[in-house]
Amino acid sequence: MEESRPISVEVNGIAFRREVSVRMTLADFLRHDLMLTGTHVGCEHGVCGACTVLVNGRSARSCLMLAVQADGESVTTIEGIAPSPTTLHPLQQALKDHHGLQCGFCTSGMVTTLIEFLRDCPKPTERDVRVAISGNLCRCTGYQGIIDAVLRVTSTKDE
Amino acid sequence: MSLIGNSVPRLEDEPLLRGKGRFIDDLHMPRMLEAAFVRSPHAHALVRGIRKDAARALPGVHAVLVRADLLPHLRNEFIVVGLPSKDYKQNVNRPALVADEAVYVGQPVAMVVAENRYIAEDAAALVEVDWEPLSPAADCSAALSPGAPTAHRGSPHNLLAEFPIGYGDVDAAFASAAHVFKESFWQHRGGSHSIECRGTVAASDPNEERLTVWTSTQMAHAALRVLCDMLGRDEDSVRVVTPDVGGGFGPKLVFYAEDICVALAAIILGRPVKWIEDRLEHFVATTQERDQHWDVEVAVDGEARLLGIRGTLIHDHGAYTARGVNLPYNSAEQIAIGYELPAYRMNVQIALTNKVPVTPVRGAGHPQGVFVMERLLDRIARELDLDRAEVRRRNLVPATKMPYRTGVKNRGGMPVVLDTGDYLRCQEDALERAGWAEFGERQKNARNDGRYIGIGLANFVKGTGRGPFETVTVRIGPSGRILVYTGAAAMGQSTKTMLAQIVADQLGGDMTNVTVIAGDTGTVPTGMGGSNSRQAVLAGTSAHSAALKVREKAIRIAAHLLEAGEADLEIEGRSVHVKGVKKMAVELSKVASAVAGTAGYRLPGGVGPGLEAMESVVIDPMTYANGTAVAEVEVDIDTGGVRIVKMVFVHDCGRILHPQVVDGQLIGGVAHGIGNALFEWMRYDDQAQPLVGTLADYLLVTATEMPPVELAHHESPTPLNPLGIKGVGECGVIPIAPAVLSAVEDALKPFGARISRTPMMPSDIVALVRAFT
Amino acid sequence: MKPAPFRYHAPATLDEAIGLLDTLEDARVLAGGQSLMPMLNFRIVQPAHIVDINRVQGLSYIRREGEVLEVGAMTRQRDLEFSDVVAEAFPLLHEAVRLVGHRQTRNRGTLGGSLCQLDPSAELVTVAAAVDATIVVASKAGTREIPFADFPLGLMSPAIEANELVVSVRFPLWKRGHGFAFEEFARRHGDFAVASAAVLLEMEHGRVERGSVVVGGLDSRPQRPKVGLHGRQSSTALFDEVAAACDGLEAMSDSHVDAGYRKRVARAMVRRALERARGRVATD
Repeated sequence: MEESRPISVEVNGIAFRREVSVRMTLADFLRHDLMLTGTHVGCEHGVCGACTVLVNGRSARSCLMLAVQADGESVTTIEGIAPSPTTLHPLQQALKDHHGLQCGFCTSGMVTTLIEFLRDCPKPTERDVRVAISGNLCRCTGYQGIIDAVLRVTSTKDE
Repeated sequence: MSLIGNSVPRLEDEPLLRGKGRFIDDLHMPRMLEAAFVRSPHAHALVRGIRKDAARALPGVHAVLVRADLLPHLRNEFIVVGLPSKDYKQNVNRPALVADEAVYVGQPVAMVVAENRYIAEDAAALVEVDWEPLSPAADCSAALSPGAPTAHRGSPHNLLAEFPIGYGDVDAAFASAAHVFKESFWQHRGGSHSIECRGTVAASDPNEERLTVWTSTQMAHAALRVLCDMLGRDEDSVRVVTPDVGGGFGPKLVFYAEDICVALAAIILGRPVKWIEDRLEHFVATTQERDQHWDVEVAVDGEARLLGIRGTLIHDHGAYTARGVNLPYNSAEQIAIGYELPAYRMNVQIALTNKVPVTPVRGAGHPQGVFVMERLLDRIARELDLDRAEVRRRNLVPATKMPYRTGVKNRGGMPVVLDTGDYLRCQEDALERAGWAEFGERQKNARNDGRYIGIGLANFVKGTGRGPFETVTVRIGPSGRILVYTGAAAMGQSTKTMLAQIVADQLGGDMTNVTVIAGDTGTVPTGMGGSNSRQAVLAGTSAHSAALKVREKAIRIAAHLLEAGEADLEIEGRSVHVKGVKKMAVELSKVASAVAGTAGYRLPGGVGPGLEAMESVVIDPMTYANGTAVAEVEVDIDTGGVRIVKMVFVHDCGRILHPQVVDGQLIGGVAHGIGNALFEWMRYDDQAQPLVGTLADYLLVTATEMPPVELAHHESPTPLNPLGIKGVGECGVIPIAPAVLSAVEDALKPFGARISRTPMMPSDIVALVRAFT
Repeated sequence: MKPAPFRYHAPATLDEAIGLLDTLEDARVLAGGQSLMPMLNFRIVQPAHIVDINRVQGLSYIRREGEVLEVGAMTRQRDLEFSDVVAEAFPLLHEAVRLVGHRQTRNRGTLGGSLCQLDPSAELVTVAAAVDATIVVASKAGTREIPFADFPLGLMSPAIEANELVVSVRFPLWKRGHGFAFEEFARRHGDFAVASAAVLLEMEHGRVERGSVVVGGLDSRPQRPKVGLHGRQSSTALFDEVAAACDGLEAMSDSHVDAGYRKRVARAMVRRALERARGRVATD
């Protein structure tokens, strides 16, 4: 029989209490229980990075975490990145300006990964950016637009 | 100011950036159930029995369906899709579920429908199938040998089709040639591996007897046709809706067994049913490209000018026809496109194997043809001690000969005519940017430092905009909003932005006033969808044509409402106004309302009702894009690692609609091409068992493997459509493998390296070095 | 690809965790999850019980005690990467850990988890072997120490019992100013290495006072090329000799990579690591 547990988790600043099956992944919990479908599932074995979210501010592959492991933690998903319904985070705006997304399926994971990266490395070189997203697969863009966006955001930070 | 030619903001971006896209797995419906499939673990086996009881008894399981359960609801149990060809020797159409013989690892045998995917997988593991393994046809060449195991036990042999492509007196060309060179090539391309896998949701409305199918597809109308055919329903009772699609690249244009099974489950159970493909399934159950074996000879005169090419191509078709013979046809046809080739004959043999069916992945067979031609040209250069660029110069179709009628016909029987383009100029530009002339010196210096660098070059000319049409409706409703409905498919390549741009360009220039709905069969009666780099050309042309008609009518109505002359009016933003007199204006909403009909009142201006136009402009001939790639590499001879130092890509896709989108398509394509050259290998063993099944083994290019790409554009507009545009979606892929591998071969000149296959893995490169030392 | 059902346990203390491992049949320990979760999702493993030790206090720390660096088993790879103590005292680890997977996997992945997984290509395994680390294991019976050379039993099989839990790892430190290098060849950034080499050197007047060369990725356990370094003059010839000794090592072949090629790559990695390590020797 399915074992389930109650969990309390904060997602994008909102506290949730839910009963979850212990084998449910964090990705599936976010998508199908909380209906936050912006986090995408691409491989379920921790390679593609599309499911990346921030757990206590640190990027993690949500397909490789159980929902029960998020009990007591704070999770940020793509839906929690833009500051308001009418404004985008500068990184999101830069991705838009530099054609850093095409189909958009990898984009959620790219953004959460890069949000952490920009915090850790505010003045990256191009190589730094490539390494930072080397764990996020994109089959559409060839990555150039994403890199251009990040370099743009980090260069304008000075201004 | 025209929107055309500008990098306008994309309509698609905002929701996607906010995580508000609606991909197939994002759909949630009340009472929705989820499915998992039981799949064949054998490449070839008989099914002696299936026991469902244990699976069915698991709590949360609603149904375990096998073929017998589906038949009462099917008029036709087979997916009949083959693109027409007189050359089929066998019809091998896919069944919804296996009857008594499975013919590839991954073929669906049974379907479990349960409360959620977790339980469905638990139950799928409990379904017991009695298998009797049979010998598989594992290799496409071996499969054509007499006495080889047949992929289908009822088949006489494994030859699906055989045909020649060619023209001219090829034997005479060889007989009189100054030089003849022979080469054999093995080429492998793998799967699409869009980051979003496949998925389908179906819901049957019992009140209206209407079935709605949402599916991550590139061809909604084709899916509709198959559904209606298999279910025995008319088009009104089935609707196919395309959600946001997370990449397609070819295999999502195919209609699959899982899709019909999901539809049937929804009908049988009377509840919405969802099936989402996972990555493990994508490796075995989604179509892919695979192996081609080429044996070719090229004849040249004393000046390195091509006289003829002949040879054979053996192509791996897989176990069923999921598309047609188009892929190897394209590969063989490609040889005759771009260079002046007086005589040509390629015998194409298409082999059935016990592997998942082969259908086009981005490039659709053209990369393979280009690889062969470019490698042959390199061979000629080496043998005649000429610069590789010079050999190409002597053979490229010159701009002065445009339009140039080649000797081949496309699959529809139409002659291939190269419409516009200056291939030589592209090549020269690319060589200049890449520093081709100076490279020899750099290479020598590097070798003195114990480093091995190389440079390679490849040209391509690719048919784009495959017809005959794409349907686009442009409508302005009484709200004033411009609605665009199309059978074209959006899968990341900015279809909606492209169409909005073209339409808004005629109707006020405000793209925020345009909504584009793509791939919903309920909104347009016909449509063809995305493939063959066709949508800008076909959908763009229809959108332009429809927008022009709506514009004309809007101006006529506005002229009446404003009592002004039509020639004095222009549409700007969301209203029509007199040129130079902004105050004399009427909003588009009023214009549309004026022809919506008021009981008892005449319509203004003598026009008919409604402000809309539907166009399906027919363009049969393809328009030919071209380009040149020059790759610079450094090879580590101890590890075989290849670093692509720089890629120059000069490209001509006619008039550029949206520069950023074009760049994005090209660089995205380059990534696929690098994958094909150095990383992607969908390996099977001699029992047709896949040896690669995860993204840890199947290597997709990441940001650290991508080189800096220098792009440059030439624009040779085509007369074949009013906008002068050519397709671009696949072009980035096409010349990359030969350019990169020519560069690797160049780097390894001191070792006499010869590369005649793609992909080349580091261990293969080390083997080349070792063979010499 | 969803895990099969299991019972879930999340002990809060080490005693509780050990107690569970002692009593439960068919249990797997969940640490960082970067190796176990894919296996669960693939259903390659279907344990009856998952013992999640992420909530156990006291297993995540980095402590230098004299010439030994003790690291708790649940220390995240990320914390190793950003630790000043590790950078200063154990630069080989500092260099190697940034090659382990990607940022997202290092945020969750642990030292203990990686060592217990014993992937032949794992960077942390090769580094542990290079310094002859000691694995500290706890069970109901108490704690015991396993020299790293005895830790791999077979392919991806550590020499620990089902009721034992790795709690910490002790790394003996090398003298200040020692030369170090970790070199690997992977297909893409972050991929498992085809072959790797970890080198440590202490030098005196151009002679090797102490040297450690370990090759990873070839076989089920890290291996040392059979060349004595102690007392030898550092030179191109010496490094060539050590590299050439890779030919005598055991190597696996699989459907993707054959043994001969792996050894050739190992040779190149050893060569390059020796050069770089030599260049880094600060006190001679």
